[in-house]
Amino acid sequence: MSKDEWPLYEVFIRSKSGLSHRHAGSVHAADDDMALTNARDTYTRRNEGVSIWVVRSDRIVASDPAETAAFFEPAEDKIYRHPTFYEIPDEVDNL
Amino acid sequence: MYTQGLDQAGKSDPAGAETKAQLDAFQARVDAEEKIEAKDWMPEAYRRTLIRQISQHAHSEIIGMQPEGNWLTRAPTLKRKAILLAKVQDEAGHGLYLYGAAETLGISRDRMVADLLSGKAKYSSIFNYPTLTWADIGAIGWLVDGAAIMNQIPLCRCSYGPYSRAMVRICKEESFHQRQGYEIMLTLCRGTDEQKAMAQDALNRFWWPSLMMFGPSDAASKHSAQSMAWKIKRFSNDELRQKFIDVTVPQAEYLGLKVPDDKLRFDEETGHYEHSDIDWQEFFDVIAGNGPCNEQRMAKRRKAHDDGAWVREAARAHAAKRAKAAA
Ligand SMILES: [Fe+2]
Ligand SMILES: [Fe+2]
Repeated sequence: MSKDEWPLYEVFIRSKSGLSHRHAGSVHAADDDMALTNARDTYTRRNEGVSIWVVRSDRIVASDPAETAAFFEPAEDKIYRHPTFYEIPDEVDNL
Repeated sequence: MYTQGLDQAGKSDPAGAETKAQLDAFQARVDAEEKIEAKDWMPEAYRRTLIRQISQHAHSEIIGMQPEGNWLTRAPTLKRKAILLAKVQDEAGHGLYLYGAAETLGISRDRMVADLLSGKAKYSSIFNYPTLTWADIGAIGWLVDGAAIMNQIPLCRCSYGPYSRAMVRICKEESFHQRQGYEIMLTLCRGTDEQKAMAQDALNRFWWPSLMMFGPSDAASKHSAQSMAWKIKRFSNDELRQKFIDVTVPQAEYLGLKVPDDKLRFDEETGHYEHSDIDWQEFFDVIAGNGPCNEQRMAKRRKAHDDGAWVREAARAHAAKRAKAAA
């Protein structure tokens, strides 16, 4: 980012109540208020949202794609966390 | 298209640090139709090709506002004015989605804007043609946005995630652009002889430049094969151009307009229209900066950028002042 460039914000939009916010894209803005209005003008010109979150991109903490395998590995061998791991006789209902 | 395959493939791996195993693993992901995301490992040449293509695409959306903006204050009715304003605003949005997608590859917005303003970066040749009459606004929506749709729909499946998602968003908005353009043409063609002649004249001037939007013939575009292998591109320039001609000629016939090509004829056997050769010299001249409006477009963009400088500065000063007060 050059010295004069406005900071980058990531934009998350809730398309209707009952649904989670979802990443839509990014905008540049001088401050938080402007980020919200820029996000509205850029990503919701056709009523695509009922709520917007903006967060400065440099404040997001993300997992490292190069480490994906190692990072998620602990969950991989715990198949007993899934219901299909357990054998239940057919006669038993509602389980 | 908006990028016209002008993007030379990036220099591959300047540091020589890419191993065959890395490149093979990358290609395997692409072949498996996995999406590549911003922070994933990718070959340097893939990154550079995308930066060039996406930024050219973004610049085209931004410069593309000018020919239509030219008619905003002269639209024939308030309804048409509101529609055109919304369309031009959409194009600004498209530029912003695309700059955002390109930034995920590690290039700053300022850098891209600087490259456009210095003339280093290219934009689509089509926006260097003047809009002389109101019918041109109809022809642009119908033909230029129509050609854009033809090109952009396969880009929704591009291997690079942020680009493909931006394209999905854009494609949702383009259909309105094309339909409003066709409706302008339809209204003119159902009007007086003079209005119909105006529509015909617009088609005459925009037909060939629209076909050129798909970029040079496959034989002449060196980098197509690599972009296809990387699944940045799904169809060749000629394939897309042919599809566009096949769907557009019947639309012209419905309007009662004549496509300005004496050799145009439907081939029953292939199911496609045959057409005359394209004047590629004109295309290369326009790309080289010698089209009817290149200078005007660039001058206007530079002026807009300079005129807006105080706004950017003031917004920063305001933000700094408020941050200080809150501290
Ligand atoms: Fe667009
Ligand atoms: Fe458009």
